[in-house]
Amino acid sequence: MAFLDKHAILEKSPTLLLTASLLVVTVGGIVEIAPLFWLENTIEDVEGMRPYSPLELTGRDIYIREGCYVCHSQMIRPMRDEVERYGHYSLAAESQYDHPHQWGSKRTGPDVARVGGRYSDAWHVDHLMDPQSVVPESIMPKYAFLADAKIDGEHIEALLSTHRFVGVPYTDEQIAQAQADFRVQADPESDWDGLVERYPGAAVSNFDGQPELTEMDALIAYLQVLGTMVDFSTFTPDASR
Amino acid sequence: MADRKVDEETGVETTGHSWDGIQELNNPLPRWWLWTFYLTIIWGIGYTIAYPAWPMISGATAGVLGWSTRENVANDIAEHDGQNANLVAALLQADMTTLPENADLNRYAVARGGAVFRAQCSQCHGSGAAGAVGYPNLLDDDWLWGGEMEQIIYSVTHGIRNENDPDAHWSQMPAFGDVFTKEETAATVEYLVSLSSSEFDSNLAEEGTILFLDNCAACHGDNAMGDRTLGAPNLADAIWLYGGDRKALTYSVENARFGVMPAWGQRLSEADVRAVSAYVHALGGGE
Repeated sequence: MAFLDKHAILEKSPTLLLTASLLVVTVGGIVEIAPLFWLENTIEDVEGMRPYSPLELTGRDIYIREGCYVCHSQMIRPMRDEVERYGHYSLAAESQYDHPHQWGSKRTGPDVARVGGRYSDAWHVDHLMDPQSVVPESIMPKYAFLADAKIDGEHIEALLSTHRFVGVPYTDEQIAQAQADFRVQADPESDWDGLVERYPGAAVSNFDGQPELTEMDALIAYLQVLGTMVDFSTFTPDASR
Repeated sequence: MADRKVDEETGVETTGHSWDGIQELNNPLPRWWLWTFYLTIIWGIGYTIAYPAWPMISGATAGVLGWSTRENVANDIAEHDGQNANLVAALLQADMTTLPENADLNRYAVARGGAVFRAQCSQCHGSGAAGAVGYPNLLDDDWLWGGEMEQIIYSVTHGIRNENDPDAHWSQMPAFGDVFTKEETAATVEYLVSLSSSEFDSNLAEEGTILFLDNCAACHGDNAMGDRTLGAPNLADAIWLYGGDRKALTYSVENARFGVMPAWGQRLSEADVRAVSAYVHALGGGE
């Protein structure tokens, strides 16, 4: 047992002890985290997923800034009651372009993973302006100020580039057109063919009903795309998960 | 540990560590604790064999029990669907217009529809279906697109003025702010107020009558009773979707309204659509 007695050397040197502890924790981390990067079944390939359009991505930032995730989760768990209420359970692939993901773990309000298309744009405006006007029993705060906060997409190219840096496959074209795409998505009168070509299925609408482009537009554009990218009529679940 | 040291006071072996003369007794761990510890290790190994666990080259080990979250939820859903299979089959084959005559099936449809309504529809139409400003009350008999069972099923399935379903109900009122002068709008609004209220300026309302007949009657009808085939609301009753005071009416005339309802046929099963329609039909206004 002479080897085991050598722990005295570690215990008597704080520097050595810290280094050795770090080594042990590193091994644990590698074993738990590293496989997620190569295992094929951590993210399955699902048809229909695309990066967020510039306006949706801006809306996502507003969602995070306002702390919506504190009360709303974005993960429908694989349980019958959740599937019946919210729709198909969430797939890992559906958050693959989320940095960071918005799964959340606490629901004060309902899950919003598939809220896209569930209500009209006008409902979202009414609801964000004054949630109690449409859902009297709601305890959600009012977000009417979003309709007054004008946005111009000043840093939109940088935002897309940052997301590309962390792994979202934005193309050079998408980044070059970011400013234009940002504007046309909230203006059905404009020429938005390019936008829909770059971001298939993107909803083009004057989301907030005002002529100006506001944070309300961006947030509703984001909410209306949530959970709508994957066509579940063509999706076959791999039962081994 | 060649030389064992024993504490004189207790007769227990010490670890040999000494800090400022204080020594540490080396009592053995309690047996039950030690054996529980060994058992958890054995349990842990067994657990990783039974359930999905170890990361390999292309996937994780599946576990000998073949446990799968996705399979579990699919089985759970199939089991519950199986319990109602007869009722669902009957509901799908039923002639919906005569459904209320079949008491058992109707009870099932209305109960199922109520659950669907509370989960999917209550956010706009209210948990009691009384609606909100801009979202129709479904309890009364004032229908925009028709209150017969088949008409309700159509509205639920295809929705109203949405971009996703080519068969959605569609109509769009022009914004008369571009057509009317302020005075003409005020006169028209006064006429609308006169239809269901006793407090109005009769001269102004009379002026508005002419404007209404020239501009609005094509859809809303000569007597302002509306036209359900066009989704044109009845303006002669005291039921107002966007408010019946002069301010709200002025806004409606100048800007028009454009209520949207999603196409629920794309989200709900056929059985759910029929059930929720039966529920709405049974709320009181069904025709």
